[in-house]
Amino acid sequence: MVDNIIHIALLLVFPPFLLGVINKTKAWFGGRVGAPLLQPYYDLAKLFQKEWVLSTTTTWIFRAGPVVTLACVLLAGLLIPLGRFAAPIGFAGDLILFAYLFGLARFFTTAAALDTGSAFEGMGAAREATFSCLSEPALFFALLVLAKLSGSLMLGDLLRGPLGGFAPTVIAPLVLIAIGLFIVLLAETCRIPVDDPNTHLELTMIHEVMVLDHSGPLLGVILYAAAIKLFVLGSVLLHVLAPVQLATAWLNWPLFLLELSGLAVAVGIVESIMARLQMRHVPYLLVSAVLFCGFSFILLVR
Amino acid sequence: MSALNLIISALLLTAISGLPGLCFSRFSPWSQRIAVGFMSLGALAGLAGAGLALHHAPMTTAELPWPAIGQAMIGVDALSAFFLVPILLMGGLGSVYGLGYWSQQRHPGTGQKLRVFWGLLVAGMTLLTIGRHALSFLLGWEIMALSAFFLVTTEDQREESRRAGWIYLVATHVGTLTLFGLFVLWRWTTGSYILTPVASGTLSLGLMNGLFFLALFGFGLKSGLMPLHIWLPGAHACAPSHVSAMLSGVVLKTGVYGLVRFLSLFPDPPAAWGGLLLVLGAISGLLGVVYALAQHDLKRLLAYHSVENIGIIFMGLGVAMLGRSTHQPEWVVLGLAGCLLHVWNHSFFKALLFLCAGSVIHGARERRIDRLGGLAKVMPWTAALFLVGAVAICGLPPLNGFVSEFFVFLGLLRTALSNGAGMAAATLVPVLAVIGALALACFVKVYGAVFLGTPRLPPTTPVHESPVTMRGPMLALAACCVLIGLAPALVAPSLDRVIAIWWPGQTLTTPRLALLAPLNEISFLAITLVTLSAGLVWLLAPGRRRIPRVGTWDCGYAQPTSRMQYTASSFAQSLVGLFHWALRPHRVQPRLPEPFPATAAMHSHVDDAVLDRMILPAGQRMERLFGWFHRFQQGLVQHYVLYILITLLLMLSTLISFKDLLVRLFAR
Repeated sequence: MVDNIIHIALLLVFPPFLLGVINKTKAWFGGRVGAPLLQPYYDLAKLFQKEWVLSTTTTWIFRAGPVVTLACVLLAGLLIPLGRFAAPIGFAGDLILFAYLFGLARFFTTAAALDTGSAFEGMGAAREATFSCLSEPALFFALLVLAKLSGSLMLGDLLRGPLGGFAPTVIAPLVLIAIGLFIVLLAETCRIPVDDPNTHLELTMIHEVMVLDHSGPLLGVILYAAAIKLFVLGSVLLHVLAPVQLATAWLNWPLFLLELSGLAVAVGIVESIMARLQMRHVPYLLVSAVLFCGFSFILLVR
Repeated sequence: MSALNLIISALLLTAISGLPGLCFSRFSPWSQRIAVGFMSLGALAGLAGAGLALHHAPMTTAELPWPAIGQAMIGVDALSAFFLVPILLMGGLGSVYGLGYWSQQRHPGTGQKLRVFWGLLVAGMTLLTIGRHALSFLLGWEIMALSAFFLVTTEDQREESRRAGWIYLVATHVGTLTLFGLFVLWRWTTGSYILTPVASGTLSLGLMNGLFFLALFGFGLKSGLMPLHIWLPGAHACAPSHVSAMLSGVVLKTGVYGLVRFLSLFPDPPAAWGGLLLVLGAISGLLGVVYALAQHDLKRLLAYHSVENIGIIFMGLGVAMLGRSTHQPEWVVLGLAGCLLHVWNHSFFKALLFLCAGSVIHGARERRIDRLGGLAKVMPWTAALFLVGAVAICGLPPLNGFVSEFFVFLGLLRTALSNGAGMAAATLVPVLAVIGALALACFVKVYGAVFLGTPRLPPTTPVHESPVTMRGPMLALAACCVLIGLAPALVAPSLDRVIAIWWPGQTLTTPRLALLAPLNEISFLAITLVTLSAGLVWLLAPGRRRIPRVGTWDCGYAQPTSRMQYTASSFAQSLVGLFHWALRPHRVQPRLPEPFPATAAMHSHVDDAVLDRMILPAGQRMERLFGWFHRFQQGLVQHYVLYILITLLLMLSTLISFKDLLVRLFAR
């Protein structure tokens, strides 16, 4: 019960901090001091106090987009176990619901983008829809491998692995899906090398260009939901990357937060040392994610 | 009153529903009102009967006297009743929709004909689902096939409709011919035309394979499985929209019914059947949605999505067959539950989408996606209902499409957990995920291009929302989608009954669906999702302050026009590019060499791979080849008599040896 409360509290409060960590890392690489770690919280607070402004073209879909997205990522966050702790909700097959909740969020985000009637946002929506067709199979292949490894269809058991951790013989498949999942994480959370979260006005953007016309509280909801998505997908990846457990139960919470911040640093490092890919090269990267996960499945069943 | 009596009265009421109207003047509204009355009454009676049959598991049969064959068996069990529900529901709702969409006043020339065949179509489908004798089944099948032909060619003054109608007619008769072969072979192996399960071990593998492939071809052709889908997009696009809804939502399912029913007659199918069904389903699902993405016509796009959904239905059936071959009751329950529930779900959301498309055509008189736009403001009802259908068909929570796809996914994942031949099926899990993602891209494209953004229609076009007679049936179908999505436990008992009778001679007890699939959890999370979204809306509400409205920012461009919007074609362009190996898009693109080029136009379209690239060219080549025979066909009677003489001589020579022939001819 206490763990569930901590789970929900962390899900609601911690995610923007990850954005702060990424930005700080990038600033450090660039030789700058950078914004404070808590800057994303200040930004959100500022946005939620702002006035609403809507486009004359839009309908209720435009407002539903961010709201449904936030509801979906929050619900997805309740399905995944954080670190060694069980998820508040879990049942056989919840991995499908987990993936499809992101699908619903994508439907409404892209529809809201098209609702503005602007070519920029249409372009962003088209790219988001296209690239997700490639990242989706990678995610499912990875979940399939984990299901096969753990013999369970419940995210809670599937991600935490069998009792006593994964056997050493399955290291190779795990490494492959870790690479695949990391690419999916970068693509789904719109980071470099797939997307650039910093620039708005380029024709090369995906997510940022979709939300050009959202402002004030709606933009706040979008940023918040994006942070939660990073938090949720990051915790999935952590189970594969760092399945360590401490003997003292409560110490696993700080350990989990530390690991997640470490992952944010890794994302920040990738953003600092890599350039964004050309748009027509992004599918190759995503296809390689599918291949990594697919090969991992083959390794497992050989 | 027993279930069977109710269904027979529904059959009679629907069959004659269009006939009284023929006695009225072409301009009298009463012919339509009477037909709708008969159809509604028949649908209600039939739905009551189907509901009874679904609740009381034992099968009721009756013998009808029939001069040609002695006795024709009809009967209703849970499987028949399950397929009867969408048939009769759509029969009733579609005829009400017709009041607004195809009213007698606006279509005096075609209205009466349409309603006669509409009634016959529903009656034919009802007959084939309750037929237990090969001939009563085939009678229903042919009534359905022929009335569907007349419905497709309702507007037979249009060349496009006639062409689609002919292709459909040829295709459906090839299918019927296969079914004749199937039933003759059935009679030859079992000694009877009555469709009852055969005992285990009585049929050789070769015979079973023969029966299976005939059934797969005949029923697959009707249900539009991928290489056999050639007739489907044209026929569904050219028919009036409520007919399209019926054809796409319900008539395709009779093929699925035929196959499900036929497979229930074999006690121990080989595992290869399940594997084949899975692979065919995956191909159909993937290519169906890819072709849909490339379409420019709203109804053609929806028609290709039927090919995709039939693929998902076949994948579910494949999992169930694999489970029967390997004696895994869990796979049978999940696979067949996914297959059957998707049959219902698809008939609800696809019919809903076609009716919404009809509403768009009714209100805006345009069906090219790239010419529409911004309709959500003038047609709020249609836009909201289309959204329900779109979210449902993408298989997204919290609507019904998710539930059935979830069962199929769960079945496939269970094969992954086993250590055996079933493992290979698990590789289809990512394929199903891609199908879902592509469907999402496709429906965001359609919804965005048709309902959102700024209108692309000329501002003088009068666009209006549909009348209440059209919105009512759409609302009812949307309610079905929401209900099954939020409370899948409601349909679980019916599914359990059908699954129990589908596996004859089973020794293992099939577990209940509710034990295998987390129905309550799905309900809980779906309701949570809805309440959470509603709560967030309330939390975020800007209060009573008026929200300032300005133009779309568009990166500061001051004079945006609706033509600058992203079109549906450009939305799909990169995906069409990714799948160009399958689609082979045809582009006509002018070269612009000079700095000030003259006016030029480019267009692109995607032909159907099977129809336009294989069957039609093959037909033309055949026509050229057989042109050679024209030299024998000169129109002179003497020539033809000569041919007869030569033929007779040749035939005689096979009866008696050449030497004897010579002797007989010249010995006198």
